[in-house]
This record gives sequence, structure tokens and C-alpha cells, in this order.
Amino acid sequence: MTAVAVDPAGVYTLRLADDCLVLSHRLGQWSSRAPTLEEDVALTNIALDLLGQGRAMYARTAELDGTWRSEDAYAYLRDERDFVNCLLVEQENGDFAATIVRQLLYSTYQLEVWRALSDSPDAQVAAIAAKAVKEVIYHLDHATQWTLRLGDGTEESHRRMQTALDHLWPYTAELFESDEVTRDLVERGQAADPERLRAAWDVSVDRVLHDATLERPSASWAPTGGRRGLHTESFGYMVAEMQHLHRAHPGASW
Amino acid sequence: MVSDVEQIRRVAAEVVDPEIPVLTIDDLGILREVRVDGAGHVDVDITPTYSGCPALDVIRADVARSVRDAGYPDVKVNVVLSPAWTTDWMSDIARRKLHDYGIAPPRERDAHMTLLKLAVECPLCGSAHTSEVSHFGSTPCQALLRCAGCAEPFPHFKEH
Ligand SMILES: [Zn+2]
Repeated sequence: MTAVAVDPAGVYTLRLADDCLVLSHRLGQWSSRAPTLEEDVALTNIALDLLGQGRAMYARTAELDGTWRSEDAYAYLRDERDFVNCLLVEQENGDFAATIVRQLLYSTYQLEVWRALSDSPDAQVAAIAAKAVKEVIYHLDHATQWTLRLGDGTEESHRRMQTALDHLWPYTAELFESDEVTRDLVERGQAADPERLRAAWDVSVDRVLHDATLERPSASWAPTGGRRGLHTESFGYMVAEMQHLHRAHPGASW
Repeated sequence: MVSDVEQIRRVAAEVVDPEIPVLTIDDLGILREVRVDGAGHVDVDITPTYSGCPALDVIRADVARSVRDAGYPDVKVNVVLSPAWTTDWMSDIARRKLHDYGIAPPRERDAHMTLLKLAVECPLCGSAHTSEVSHFGSTPCQALLRCAGCAEPFPHFKEH
């Protein structure tokens, strides 16, 4: 199934829904293998919040793109190239440090996006966003506390955090790209303005990194393409794993 | 004689949260509104605690069933997100029930929705010497705490 969305509003909500679903699935992969029982519960609870936010955004997308597809159709019946999530959320979990850094970088962005959309003239999106803000505040707090502990922790934990930060940093540039979809919607108040997002994100992330004695990486390369369906290598494997059951048993529900 | 709306609300209000069965959906503030039109069509609005609350589908089915069983076959249960659910909608009775069930109830918030700096009281021994072990617990709405007084872990229904 190819993307049939024409209304840019539906393209934009699909991007955010895909971010939620993909990050939710990645965090779910920690289930039963996190460093401690508490972290197992924390990461999967965050995954659950994101899944709920994603479902609500898929439901809204189905109305905006006029396909009236089910949430399952978005999650299980599209191919890799139809997903328009950002590259950052699809990056593999790596070690715990990499997962925490990914959480810090994405949650900071997501909180600003939901805050901006709380005032959207699209009442449904505004309601989803206002509810999500309350949840993502917890996610960001969780990531921040761990970043401080591990960054300003032992020599080894600091090394792992800096390594993860250096590895994931290039993928953050994509979060602030603007294209015809965002340009059109920002004017209508239906999308977060990438430039304002960037400014707020920089201040917030810089403060945490400083307190955690971590060094903000300098900009190097800036991979992009997620919003157009061009993904990194590991994503196809993740999609296959995520969709396997539903495709093997079409229409399966429980 | 009670109106249809009152009667339906009474029935729906008795549906319990499958994860915290000591609380009804009315106690939790999940049950929002009941409407009946001239043709006898019933709408019941409920709201999730958290976006991904896994109990919501069960609650939805339970509400529809109990309203149907009360003699209103044409019922639709709607999920509304706005205004966003908050623990401020939880009644004092609900907070008492939670405490007696072994879950520390959510604390009051001030007008600016910031938490007052009050310790969470241990529901087992009443000690205020408690600390948070994890902000995330066995359900999305709970955190895990530990009591220095009696050394027991306990859940806390966190403010939201
Ligand atoms: Zn105690």
C-alpha cells in the first residue's frame, strides 16, 4: 500500500504517528532485558504511552487523508518505504546509554511539538497533543535523570554516554528540516515551526548535557530521508518483526 | 422517578477499573457524560487516564454491556480526550478507597498545577519517610515507592 495522503495535514500527523509507533516498538524490545526490573517497567510504560499517542494520531490521519484506514492497517499493512518516521527513533537500542540518549534527544523534541500542537486549530490534534504533553514530561524527566547519573557517573558510564551521543547526534538535524508540508501547515498553525523547535531544543538539550558533563558534538554529516520513506538499514528488519504476526495471520486480533 | 440519563449514569458508574478493581470509573473520573436522544439512542463518553491505557478497551466493553443489560440496547461508548484527564477529578471517597487498598492516593495540587511538596504517606504504616524507587509502576497511573518506616515497597497513584 502506498501513501495516498494528499492533505498536508494528514502527511504531518502520519509523521508524528509513525514516530510514536516506531519508538514504542524499539522501547518494547527492552521488555524482559532491561538492566533492572524498574527500568524494564519504565521503558515499557513509556512505550505504552507512545503507542496510545500513535493510535490516536493514526485515527486522526485516517480522517485527514480520507482513507479511513484502521490503526492496524497503518501499523501492519504498510511497507518500509511508506513509513515517514524520523531516522532517530528507528535507530537500534544499542546499550542502555544509547537508548537513554535517544530518549533524551527525541523526548525533548516531542515535548516541544506536542506543546505547539496543543494550540492547533484542529481540535482533535489539539486534544491528543494536550494529553500527550503530560505524558512526555515524564519521559523527558526519566531520560534527563539517567543522563545526569550516567554522564556524571563513572568513567565507563560517561564514556558510553558520550559514545552514544556522538553516534546519534547526526540524526537530530532531520528533526528540524522544513519542507512544503511543514511550511504550509506552520502558516495555518497546524504544525510546529521547525526554527522555533530548534531554538527551544538547543537550550533544553544543552543544559542537560552541560550538567551531565557531556560534550555537545559538533555538526558533522546530517543523514535525512525518513520523512520521505528512506530509512536506515536496521529499520526493515524492525518492520518485518513488528508485522510478522499480523501478516502471517491476516486480520488477527485479540 | 429517575430519568433515563440518571438511570444509565448510575449503571455505568458501577463499572470497575479492571486493573484497580477497588475503584469504579466514576471514582476515577473516567466517566464523563451520558446523553439520550428522543429515539432512545444512548451516548456514553469516557476518557482515558493515559493515552495508552490498556484497560480502556475492557472498560468500554463493560460500560456498553451494563447499559444494554439495564434495558438500553442502542448504546455507543465514545472515547473523548479533551479536557485531558487529571487526578484532580478523583473524589475523596476514591482516595480513601485507594489508601485502604494499599495504594498511596494522589496528592492535591495547587492552583498552578504544581505539586505541593508533601511527602507521600506509606499506606501500610503511615510513615512520611518514603522515597520513589521508580516513577513507573505496574500500571501507567502508578509509581513504585519504598517506605523507610516499615521497609515495605508500595504503589503510589501518581498525580497527573
Ligand atoms: Zn510504611
